[in-house]
Amino acid sequence: MSGMADFTETSEGKGHLLALSGGLTLARMGDLPDRLETLSAPPTQIDLTAVDRIDTVGAWLLHRLAKETGARITGASEDALRLIAHVSTGARSIQLHATPLSPFFRVLDELGDATVTAWKTTLGLIGFFGGIGVAIWSLILHPSRFRVNAVIQRFELVGVRALAIVGLMSFLIGVVIAQQGAVQLAQFGAESLTVNLIGRLTTRELGVLMTAIMVAGRSGSAFAAQIGTMKLTEEIDAMRTIGVSPMEALVIPRVLAATLMMPLLAFYSMIVAMIGGGLFCWIALDLAPPIYIQRLGEVIPLTDLLVGLTKAPVFGAIIAVSGCFQGMQVEGSAEEVGLRTTAAVVQAIFLVIVLDAFFAVFFTAIGWT
Amino acid sequence: MNLADPIAIRVRGLTNRFGAQTVHEDLNLDVHNGEILGVVGGSGTGKSVLMRAIIGLKLPDAGEVEIFGEPIIGRSEAATVDLRKRWGVLFQGGALFSTLTVAENVQVPLREFYPSLGAQLLDDIAAYKVMMAGLPADAAPKFPSELSGGMKKRAGLARALALDPMLLFLDEPTAGLDPIGAAAFDDLTLSLKETLGLTVFLITHDLDTLYAICDRIAVLADGKVVGVGTIDELLALDHPWIREYFRGPRGRSAKATVDRNSKTGA
Repeated sequence: MSGMADFTETSEGKGHLLALSGGLTLARMGDLPDRLETLSAPPTQIDLTAVDRIDTVGAWLLHRLAKETGARITGASEDALRLIAHVSTGARSIQLHATPLSPFFRVLDELGDATVTAWKTTLGLIGFFGGIGVAIWSLILHPSRFRVNAVIQRFELVGVRALAIVGLMSFLIGVVIAQQGAVQLAQFGAESLTVNLIGRLTTRELGVLMTAIMVAGRSGSAFAAQIGTMKLTEEIDAMRTIGVSPMEALVIPRVLAATLMMPLLAFYSMIVAMIGGGLFCWIALDLAPPIYIQRLGEVIPLTDLLVGLTKAPVFGAIIAVSGCFQGMQVEGSAEEVGLRTTAAVVQAIFLVIVLDAFFAVFFTAIGWT
Repeated sequence: MNLADPIAIRVRGLTNRFGAQTVHEDLNLDVHNGEILGVVGGSGTGKSVLMRAIIGLKLPDAGEVEIFGEPIIGRSEAATVDLRKRWGVLFQGGALFSTLTVAENVQVPLREFYPSLGAQLLDDIAAYKVMMAGLPADAAPKFPSELSGGMKKRAGLARALALDPMLLFLDEPTAGLDPIGAAAFDDLTLSLKETLGLTVFLITHDLDTLYAICDRIAVLADGKVVGVGTIDELLALDHPWIREYFRGPRGRSAKATVDRNSKTGA
């Protein structure tokens, strides 16, 4: 095996000889490139007699040095000459990295990009809603094209499989509401109102909202990733060419499943949260379960339940549409699938919370308080 | 590592199974130093699996693989790293890292194995590798998603050549390229082999590639290498699959092209 690359310098009169030795290869290069930058004088002759191995990196260094200093290369083996000739043909200075913009223009550029993207996303989302409407109408006209099996399968994935995690989350939220509520209300000597807090908060707001967030994280992201990957592998294009509408085959079953499963999951979440809260009341406030249940019945108006269950299918639809829409926007690379999946979840949760605010104002206005 | 050994890759008794399905059974193969070995076989005969077993991506169920006289199987990861520097692999789709530009893709192996290289030298190396692989100059700062299929393969080749390997694995390099692009890729492979002294392990279905650049051809069938040699030597074996492969309509037209070219001196 050859030794590390090295060199010696000798000056004779006007000439300056650079004698290289050892293996002029990537593996044996060491700090040679740096040391070549700090030669005592530019060489007029580069001698390669003592070089025993050379690769394209070594050849490139020699070529660059010879071009910069105008030195002659002597004592080169046939291999070395061939490699130097080979790299010199490709040796044009080319642009390797995109030119960076100045910070001021970059901020403007990104701001502009973000504005255009936001506008396009809004338009795209509205268009997507329209597309779903058209697909539903054509399914009503041709009910035989409706994919019952696909919908049932989504029921399982969106609904049944979510029961464990939604249950656990709701139970804990019920406990937390009861515990925090009891502490605060105790300051007024009104611990007994904890039941009102649990009952109304879970039915009206938290049951459906927390379930929506969980479904967005579980199913909205899955929709975006599945459809996005299918888009990348051209499965969606294949569907279109066969004459299967991706809207009917992929989007409608998902939207339908999420819309129908959300109220059920939300109702389940409300019940489990109340059980969690009740457990806390029983242990910490000595409120026996029969009395707790009776009190719940007294304090929760029917309208609270209706408010919660009216919002649920709307949220479900929003989550599914966001997921499918973002999935359909995937183009190009695997990285895009990740970005679009994130966007789907963020968009879904954002829209759910915005709509929730509108619902709150609306239901108060119609007197369902 | 014995570089004077005339055999670059030695495969002995290789057996690969996926569940109940046996892909290779007691397969033997030698790849000589400095040759282009074409590997052919029907779909599902395990050409890619053979390549993956040789480069250590798949652990075979039995058998031995030696590269430059060093056993690959049962080797620790740390000991394999040194060998990995000596080969470059071009996967079917290019397998470029999608979050990096072409130039950065080429620099990945360099940064990994030689972290002390300066930024300027890294850029210089990436620049001439990109040119060497026959990519246009403006391809270097682009991301893989902005490239065509042929350009992705060339970028993958540039990355495979980054460490100046002695051994190059090409998995169907001309599949999916137009005939002009495929011929250009063949020329590129041949010229790289000649200037850099590479040994090339080339999996292909492309009969033109086999006729144009391969020194020898290994035929995979029935889980074994049923023949290795030049096309004439293979035909002399009188194996039904080989006969059908080279004597079929496509085989005949590829041969006709070669004969025509050799007559006109091209």
